[in-house]
Amino acid sequence: MATAVSGHRSRRLWWATVLALVLLTAGLVAVAVDWTNPRADLWRQVREGVEGYSAVRGLESGELIQASGEVWRRWRNGPLAWVGGVLLGGVMFALGLFHLLHGPQRLAKPRTGVRVSRWHLGERVLHWITAVLFLTLALTGLSLLYGRRLLIPLIGHESFAAYLAGAKFVHNLTGPLFVACLVVMGLTWFRDNLWRKIDWDWLKSFGGMFGGPHPHAGRMNAGEKAWFWLLMAMGTVVSVTGLILDLPLFGLEREQLQLSHLLHVAAALIVVAASLGHIYIGTLGTEGALEGMVTGSVDLSWARQHHDLWLAELAQKGKVAESEVREVKRPSHFFRPDDPSASA
Amino acid sequence: MARMKFLCDDERCIECNACVTACKNEHEVPWGVNRRRVVTLNDGEPGEKSISVACMHCSDPPCAAVCPVDCFYVTEDGVVLHDKDLCIGCGYCFYACPFGAPQFPQDGAFGVRGKMDKCTFCAGGPEPDHSEAEFKKYGRNRLAEGKLPLCAEMCSTKALLAGDGDVIADIFRERVVRRADRDGETVKPQVPWGWGQAYGDKKS
Ligand code: SF4
Ligand code: SF4
Repeated sequence: MATAVSGHRSRRLWWATVLALVLLTAGLVAVAVDWTNPRADLWRQVREGVEGYSAVRGLESGELIQASGEVWRRWRNGPLAWVGGVLLGGVMFALGLFHLLHGPQRLAKPRTGVRVSRWHLGERVLHWITAVLFLTLALTGLSLLYGRRLLIPLIGHESFAAYLAGAKFVHNLTGPLFVACLVVMGLTWFRDNLWRKIDWDWLKSFGGMFGGPHPHAGRMNAGEKAWFWLLMAMGTVVSVTGLILDLPLFGLEREQLQLSHLLHVAAALIVVAASLGHIYIGTLGTEGALEGMVTGSVDLSWARQHHDLWLAELAQKGKVAESEVREVKRPSHFFRPDDPSASA
Repeated sequence: MARMKFLCDDERCIECNACVTACKNEHEVPWGVNRRRVVTLNDGEPGEKSISVACMHCSDPPCAAVCPVDCFYVTEDGVVLHDKDLCIGCGYCFYACPFGAPQFPQDGAFGVRGKMDKCTFCAGGPEPDHSEAEFKKYGRNRLAEGKLPLCAEMCSTKALLAGDGDVIADIFRERVVRRADRDGETVKPQVPWGWGQAYGDKKS
């Protein structure tokens, strides 16, 4: 039995040796015989972007042909522009349709007149500064991508070029401010947006948007949390690539700029499409939501309907009277285990 | 109408940079901008090759396809020109161009790009021919005077040719045949350098 096994093994070894020898010989022949014409070789190097020497000093001045420019052109003018356009148009259409057929989510109970403080002044200032910067960047950015097709036929080459020169300037200037806002926003609302078990239930019932009992929600509901994390993720991509593009000073090569640009546009289109949903829900879509971010407080009825667990938490901390939360049925698992007030 | 093209014969270019200098001087090109450059491959080694390159005035110009303000236009001679009054200095044409032709003078702080500048095939710009404004923005308009680009006219070895694409292609073909004769090779049809990329001819 033992010899049979070793015989099997030695036969395999033999074949492996033969194969190795054949490959080695082929390799030696390939090296020895000059298959390629050196001229062809030189131009192959050029096509692959090998750099030569140039007395003209400058970034990549030694590179004769860069092939990636064509790739960038195809992606920018093709899939990115088209998919982005369809995405934005589709979301707008869907929201319009929803509003027409379903209408906004109204307050289920009449207003009580009792105000519950929801966003403190700092949060509101942060939100609105970020919102203004976001809209500015979105409109100027979209003009760079779609203006040639959409605006030049309307206002002509001269006016459009004048507008776009300003738009480019504003876009490049407000970009870094927006990055700063995103960082502050991330730090401010990070804790409130940590995902919790009840958020799945909220998502499953679409936040009660299509009827059914309104699902439980803490200070942020699952929809707000999803928007927050999407903004953070896409915002990071947009910020990093944006800063790269903003400062040609860094001396980056074209391939890096091209890639940054494609990522920048893709992430931006996604977050702009999502922002349409956020804007709709925060204004027309939900009765009583906008006043929270404007005045800082919401009606007790609104709080009960949309953020019952948050209200209960406030009551627990003594910030609203317990009696005012009476309609709330609390599931036992909503308190954070590390919340000292929960055990009190 | 003739379709204008550039052709650089790498068997002849001796990297003297006369074309680069002639261009800078003729058009009084701004500081830091070079509309033409010579690139040497395998510099200092046996078999080194040099190519003089500028805007090739492509058949399907990538620069024009990506310009967000649509400021490029193609003359009836096939020369790709742009309107500096419209240009916003975004740099997209520079991302897209295979030959690294578009150049940007620095404008203000943070390395912000000024208005794009590139080879005009000595054909000026959208302003009236030979006007002061045309010269200031784009340089001399030699084509309107019935002359060809100065870089090629200056070239002492006639490596750089500029003119009707059919005519210069014929000159090049003749050279290839003669060289093969001299070296006792069989003639292989050759596409001039960069023509595949710029004009869609097979192989570059
Ligand atoms: S070489 Fe560059 S700048 Fe000139 S036409 Fe082609 S893409 Fe445009
Ligand atoms: S830099 Fe000027 S010419 Fe080039 S793509 Fe931008 S606007 Fe057009």
